[in-house]
Amino acid sequence: MAYPRLWPLLAVWAALLALLGLTVGASLVLTGTPSLVASLGIATAKAALIAWVYMRLRREGGLLRIMALGAAFWLLILLGYLALDYLTR
Amino acid sequence: MADVAPGRQRDTTLMGMYLFLASEIMLFGGLFAVALALRLLHPQEVVAASRRLHYGIGAANTVVLLTSSLAVALAVAAAEMGKVKGTAAGLLAAAGLGLGFLALKAVEYGMEIREQLLPAFTPAEAFESPSAHLFMDLYLVATTLHVVHVTVGVGLLAGLAWRVHRRSLTLPRSAMGVEVVGLYWHLVDVIWVFLYPVLYLVR
Repeated sequence: MAYPRLWPLLAVWAALLALLGLTVGASLVLTGTPSLVASLGIATAKAALIAWVYMRLRREGGLLRIMALGAAFWLLILLGYLALDYLTR
Repeated sequence: MADVAPGRQRDTTLMGMYLFLASEIMLFGGLFAVALALRLLHPQEVVAASRRLHYGIGAANTVVLLTSSLAVALAVAAAEMGKVKGTAAGLLAAAGLGLGFLALKAVEYGMEIREQLLPAFTPAEAFESPSAHLFMDLYLVATTLHVVHVTVGVGLLAGLAWRVHRRSLTLPRSAMGVEVVGLYWHLVDVIWVFLYPVLYLVR
């Protein structure tokens, strides 16, 4: 009974380590914008795995999921308007 | 009604915790905004400065934090099953890994001080460029703020492990306490997951 609940946690850990390897590998071959996109994309994937499985958003209701997404959304507003300023000078 | 109340209490607790975590995200968000502005304004200098950081140590510390998150997730699962030993062991392992992170970080800071990379220990003239100095200022502020969060987390995890071990926190009734501290620890991990590429892997 206990073990089926634990193996997703271990699988996510393995996936997180694989993604870490991938991001370090990508940093050795990519430069410039592709490097930025790859490193942030992989970081987002890792964060999503942690939020979905370790922080257990997959088991929670809509309210908490919206709350978590809201935090990311506010951050994107901050970073988005900042980038808009610097990119259009 | 009696069945509804605990569920509602749980929702309220988690909602409050998520609101706190959102404020933490905005606190670090300001630093990520600085990183973005620096990268847009001085791309070459930021790449040169980032290349001088020890990305291997950063990667090792990422492994340490990811593993500590696994330990916390296992502890939360054990807490819900009412397993006292498993919960205490998971929390203690996570706290130990947190200490390992801090030790590695201290070694890394020491190396950076010797290499004249760390602001506050290095004269301004020693930096390759004013932009490199700015980037290292960001590195120092962001990583020390993260270190403060790891230190608080280690204290929380160790304290919780002690209370679970002493049965002053009864499981599974008080599993919520383990879950809330776990959420904090996972967020500290997520912040590092972003800090690592943004600081160490700019190419």
